Amino acid sequence: MTALAQQRRQDAESGPRRGPRSRARWILRAPLLPAFVFTVVVTQAPFILTLIVSSLNWNLLYPGSRDLVGLGKYQSFAGLSNYLTVFEDARLRQSVVNTIFLTASVVIVSALLGLMLAVLLDRKFLGRGLARTLLIAPFLVMPVAAALIWKHVLYNPDYGLFNGILNSIWRVFGAENGPVVDWVSNTPMPAVAVTLIWQWTPFMMLILLAGLQAQSGDILEAARVDGAGGMQIFRYMTLPHLRQYIELAVLLGTLYIVQTFDAIFSITQGGPGTATTNLPYAIYLTMFRKYEYGQAAAAGVVVVIGTIIVATFALRVVSSLLKEELTR
Amino acid sequence: MTAIQSLTPSRARGHRRSGSVGSGSGRVGGAGWTLLAWVLTLLFFAPVGWMALTSLHTEANAAANPPSLFAPLTTTNYNALFDRGIAPFLINSAIASITSTLLVLLLALPAAYALTIKRIEKWSDVLFFFLSTKFLPPIGALLPIYLIVKRIGMLDNVWTLVVLYTAMNLPIALWMTRSFLAEVPREILEAAAVDGAGLLRQLWYVVIPVAMPGLAATSLICFIFSWNEFMFAVNLTATIASTAPVFLVGFITSEGLFLGKLCAAATLVSFPVLVAGFAAQDKLVQGLSLGAVK
Repeated sequence: MTALAQQRRQDAESGPRRGPRSRARWILRAPLLPAFVFTVVVTQAPFILTLIVSSLNWNLLYPGSRDLVGLGKYQSFAGLSNYLTVFEDARLRQSVVNTIFLTASVVIVSALLGLMLAVLLDRKFLGRGLARTLLIAPFLVMPVAAALIWKHVLYNPDYGLFNGILNSIWRVFGAENGPVVDWVSNTPMPAVAVTLIWQWTPFMMLILLAGLQAQSGDILEAARVDGAGGMQIFRYMTLPHLRQYIELAVLLGTLYIVQTFDAIFSITQGGPGTATTNLPYAIYLTMFRKYEYGQAAAAGVVVVIGTIIVATFALRVVSSLLKEELTR
Repeated sequence: MTAIQSLTPSRARGHRRSGSVGSGSGRVGGAGWTLLAWVLTLLFFAPVGWMALTSLHTEANAAANPPSLFAPLTTTNYNALFDRGIAPFLINSAIASITSTLLVLLLALPAAYALTIKRIEKWSDVLFFFLSTKFLPPIGALLPIYLIVKRIGMLDNVWTLVVLYTAMNLPIALWMTRSFLAEVPREILEAAAVDGAGLLRQLWYVVIPVAMPGLAATSLICFIFSWNEFMFAVNLTATIASTAPVFLVGFITSEGLFLGKLCAAATLVSFPVLVAGFAAQDKLVQGLSLGAVK
């Protein structure tokens, strides 16, 4: 039956392109077209322009003589030299390292915390709904607002809550004052990372919790009847079941966290020096502080290629989940 | 052939589990686990709670060290925000996010209809094309978008943000809508088609009513993402079209003793999203995972 259906569909697809049939097909496609055309124009066309600009020597501070379709005047054709600069420039190279470190640490820690919270919230307990609602709040707070709150209200050495709490604890033990720790200056990268972990843990928790709740209760019950302990069930049944949800959470988290701009912009401005400059922020600086359009575009292309590699894996996971849903 | 196709989704519905079954054991150490869950929850919520509480304290109390939990409450910080002109920024944010959300729905709903219910050829390739655009980092597109927007004289214009946010949210909305439309019973649609209902009538009278809760959640999630967007807003607007996050960044650089006012501003700009998020929380995970997880 399936073979037959497939044959028929092939027949239909290789049918005549003209005539009433192809008109009917365009009528079927018509509702898709506005969204499709819009997306191609707004998201794909700019990347072609990025590719073009990445091959130009174009610094806004030096007046160029060649016109790029009315968008501005560049100096000269650069070939691939902007890409060489991206890989040789100390600041940009540092920003690649920072991006990897920041993304990896935030994704790993928030995934582990998210898993722990998901397991805890998968149990029925008093006020579970309220706890879940409170837990997603960090993810909903506007990222810029969250970053500023962490920087000024929590991390601030003089008025911040963290030093305030240290102060209170020290006073309990009879000391006059607690230590004054300047969190953002002393440990800039961890300060940014902790803020992001706080924001992204609820995201991980939500996906993993959905995964836990999609687990078949009957099988777990059967395992319990057969005498499996809680740890055994978790290790040999829950974790394997959760695997694709963990993959999805980690891959999506990676794709989003690589793009982090708000937190860097608001907490450290990429500093001190280049200590917390990640790629998006470095590109922003290249574009709007150094006005090196060619280099910024080349760095943008590098980010896009890196993202495509991660995204391929993410799309594979999504695709397998989609197939599962369709064949269920 | 049609009969078989129409059978599959109903079988799928039959097998879907609803409700949750806990995997942890509720017997041994139940109270301990509950306590741990609540301690962690409150730790995570504490910065949000502290932000809201501090927004109601005077600047002197907000900066007190050790922190003062029980200082008297006041709304002076919020009044100060409106004196400093936060309103136009909030209005811009509202225009950008609400208009783009409506546009997204207008584009996504017919597209999802063609991809899910009509199952046009290569529908899954098209879906994945949309999804892949969501994964492209916006920073890679910032320069060309800036150049184009400048060229056509649309810098510092809220409609530029509307277009960008629509493109940004369209893949999410399409994937979410797809998963909701997959639940519309085909039998009803076929009956409607037989009765001579055209595309618009089918969408309006059959698809939308069934998929309404899902569409509401989709709009809330699109609203959240556009309301919170910062990178395009800060780089493509200057004074006229700036949105709430841009206000926040400009606001703190010009204030002296400002913890209370900062908390008030942060609470105020986060409030619509917190409300939208809590309202959509059952469908939030579906939006965040681009429809892959229910």
